[in-house]
Amino acid sequence: MTVQRPGIFLAKASYRQRRMRDAARMLPVIGAALLLLPMAWSGPAEGAAQRTSVAGLYLFAVWIGLVAAAALLARPLQRPDVMPEDREAPVDEG
Amino acid sequence: MLTFNLLVAVALGYVALLFLVAFMAERRAARGRDGWLRSPLIYTLSLSIYCTAWTFYGAVGYAARSGLEFLVIYLGPTLVLVGWWAILRKLVRVGRAQRITSVADLISSRFGKSNTLGVIVTLIAVIATTPYIALQLQSVTLSVRVFAEGAWSTAELEATAFWVAAGLALFTILFGTRNLDVNERHHGVVMAIAVEAVVKLFALLAVGIFVVWSVADGPADVMAKIDASPLSSWEIGAGRWAGLIFLSAAAFICLPRMFHVLVVENADERHLATAGWAFPLYLGAMSLFVVPIAVVGLEVMPVGANPDLFVLTLPLALEAEGLALLSFLGGLSSATSMVIVASIALSIMVSNHIVMPIWLSAGSGGATMSGDVRRIVILSRRFAIAGVLALGWLYFRLSGAGTSLAAIGLISFVGIAQVLPSLLGGLYWRGATRIGAGAGLIVGFAIWAYTLFVPALAGGSNLVVLGPAGIGWLRPQELFGFEGMDPVLHAVLWSMLLNTLAFFVGSVLTFPTPLERLQGAQVVHVFDHTTGPRGWRHGVPEVEDLLIMAQRILGAAEAQALFQAEAERQGSTGYLPEVTPEFLDHFERELAGSVGAATAHAMVGQMIGGTAVSVEDLIAVADETAQMMEYSSRLEAQSAELTRTARQLRDANEKLTALSIQKDAFLSQVSHELRTPMTSIRSFSELMRDGAAGPEEQARFAGIIQDEAVRLTRLLDDILDLSVMENGQVSLNISTGNLADLIDRAIAATGLGPEDLRIVRDREAERAVTLETDLDRLSQVFINVISNAGKYCDAEAPELRIEVRGGAVDLIDNGSGIPKDSRRVIFEKFSRLSDQSAAGGAGLGLAICREIMEKLGGSISYLPGQGGAAFRIGLPERRALAAQ
Repeated sequence: MTVQRPGIFLAKASYRQRRMRDAARMLPVIGAALLLLPMAWSGPAEGAAQRTSVAGLYLFAVWIGLVAAAALLARPLQRPDVMPEDREAPVDEG
Repeated sequence: MLTFNLLVAVALGYVALLFLVAFMAERRAARGRDGWLRSPLIYTLSLSIYCTAWTFYGAVGYAARSGLEFLVIYLGPTLVLVGWWAILRKLVRVGRAQRITSVADLISSRFGKSNTLGVIVTLIAVIATTPYIALQLQSVTLSVRVFAEGAWSTAELEATAFWVAAGLALFTILFGTRNLDVNERHHGVVMAIAVEAVVKLFALLAVGIFVVWSVADGPADVMAKIDASPLSSWEIGAGRWAGLIFLSAAAFICLPRMFHVLVVENADERHLATAGWAFPLYLGAMSLFVVPIAVVGLEVMPVGANPDLFVLTLPLALEAEGLALLSFLGGLSSATSMVIVASIALSIMVSNHIVMPIWLSAGSGGATMSGDVRRIVILSRRFAIAGVLALGWLYFRLSGAGTSLAAIGLISFVGIAQVLPSLLGGLYWRGATRIGAGAGLIVGFAIWAYTLFVPALAGGSNLVVLGPAGIGWLRPQELFGFEGMDPVLHAVLWSMLLNTLAFFVGSVLTFPTPLERLQGAQVVHVFDHTTGPRGWRHGVPEVEDLLIMAQRILGAAEAQALFQAEAERQGSTGYLPEVTPEFLDHFERELAGSVGAATAHAMVGQMIGGTAVSVEDLIAVADETAQMMEYSSRLEAQSAELTRTARQLRDANEKLTALSIQKDAFLSQVSHELRTPMTSIRSFSELMRDGAAGPEEQARFAGIIQDEAVRLTRLLDDILDLSVMENGQVSLNISTGNLADLIDRAIAATGLGPEDLRIVRDREAERAVTLETDLDRLSQVFINVISNAGKYCDAEAPELRIEVRGGAVDLIDNGSGIPKDSRRVIFEKFSRLSDQSAAGGAGLGLAICREIMEKLGGSISYLPGQGGAAFRIGLPERRALAAQ
């Protein structure tokens, strides 16, 4: 069983890499959705006094979240392509 | 009190420091130690030119007027950078693959290297950037005025803008056009920008911290102040919020200066990964204290104070003069770094897309005419930089300092965002065409000019208020009756909508040129094939002409290095490689780095004087089919090679079979050859032993026996000779002699008289050839070939021509020659062709000759197509000395 590990791992690595790239593509979309959210908030009629500081905090929180997500993705995205076709490792037959 | 003179001194000292930093960076880079200069950190910091004086001063003013809305200017770029994988990565890759030098160059290059598009984008960029440069000059003037209250007269203050512009022009010309780098990278400038990036961030953070913890009582107090301030009445206008985020994202990609640092100055694609999170962080830090400064400013400062200058006036009012000075330097940094990069980017565009094409078409000889193109490029860049700054200054003088900073910035943004549809369309849609892009750009830009630029210049005129000729639905700010809309949003909506529509419809309805399709495929599928476009197939220019042209543009050393490298790659030495399509491609891209894609294309086009695209290219362009066809042609090539290999194998096999049959025949041959003389020797010696013959007969028999014995000996000698040769145990007896003498001896040795074989020679030519080799062995070869001619030449009057050809001697007879089938085996052992055994050879002669020539370092081969049997004897190299 241990001999067959690398084969499985390799496929996993390329799969993970593709999903990371999907995440990288989705990140700006998610970010845009979150940043556009304040538009849906109701006007100053109710509790306007709260809004500006809260909105500011919310926006900065999203901002920091985006920075953190991008920073986490930066390393995996920099790796060169993992080739799923690379079948040098033994193929799982069991 | 901070004296005004001190401020001027500090400012000048700071500028001197920047010069020094830029100078040191250039020096380091010149020495090849630019590793550190090209780190992701420097790349990220260089992006900070996005944060101009508009950001530094204007954001606070913006916040004071419109609350949190100022954030949109940063949120757009944040989204673009966080999503670098989707757009920027492709942009940078295309930029590197195509050697893009500016946003105009990208558009021009993508749409078939159309220079018209390059000109349009350049004009848009210049017009949209001018107000922005004016804005920077204005902000510097405003900040100086804060300190100069009373010290300088108004006229002197007006002059500040001029001197700032002049100083910036000087810096930019010094470090931006210092050399004509093929990659358009400016180490000194980038380093100076990075330092300025740190200074402005530090200054803004310092002011912010001062305001939050020194003026107010920490974050909680600031929060309370915010909610109590007029800012809290701000309400997110949905349209403006979304529209401006989109606008700033678009501008971030399209602004010439941003494109320059993002794509052109990018040294490594992987830097994007770092910038992807680090630059949003920088932007966040830059905007973190904007609202607190605005709120506290509104509270502390007297009513009517310009909120655009709170960053400066607040510390001054609170007598934190050092901080005010720092803040001033931050503002100066913001303004200068933007102006420097913007003018470099614009100067590249102007010189590559406007000046160079005009210069090229004016000089009918184009690139081949005398004069240094390189000098012209640099000169035009310098004038362009000065011109751009002069325009900015003029705009500043003419428009006055009336409009608020943010408003001018937004006008510029909308203008430059008109490039976005063509840029993204070109990047992702193969169907986008030159006509479509041109239509979109012109329509979008016209609408921008009409709905935003004109009203900004002529605010209260009849045109704006009542519409052109009183036509109400054409009023610039209420187009088609869209009343009550925010002017910027109104302009964004109409310009982008109609721009995209024109781009799309234009693209769908027109046909692209072949080169467009080619470039389209190259750009859209940049990740599949990062090789350059295959634009050149027909017409081969003289490589020397190309070198001459390249030297004029790239400089002698660089051009020679380029050509030498290519020659080396092709496996030859010297400076002149073969002109292959690949090389032309590569060459054109190198040139494009200096003069832009369209110009480079035109130049190379002039040199080769032909059309750019061939049928083969069209096939390569035709997309999916192209790929399939390329694949199948690869398969064909492979199968052709296989067929070739198979044929070679078959040939080898046939030869082997023939040889093996010969080898089998060897023994029977040898025994047969030995047997014939043996038989006669035996029978005649038997006759002699029996004494059956008389003395005369006996003498005759003895003679026959001796002849046969000689023949036997000769045969055995030959076999021995050959085996010695084949085993390599031969010692050469090197001596010097003359070819004529050698042939004389050989002819004499064959014993052939003129009636047997007439020999035609050129003794003069032969005499000129001095040989230094084993002359006996060599003459053995000649003897063999000449006597063969004597034996086998079947002409009525046999004749042998001996001709000297350089290092070889051809021996040609006038017989019927050797049949094609047999030519391959004549040099093999026992390969006597006809059965003229009367001739007395065992078929070993030519085999021995071949072995001898190999040992001597020469060659012998059959020369087809000469009429008769012809042999070429390649004289041993370095042994065939031509005697002068």
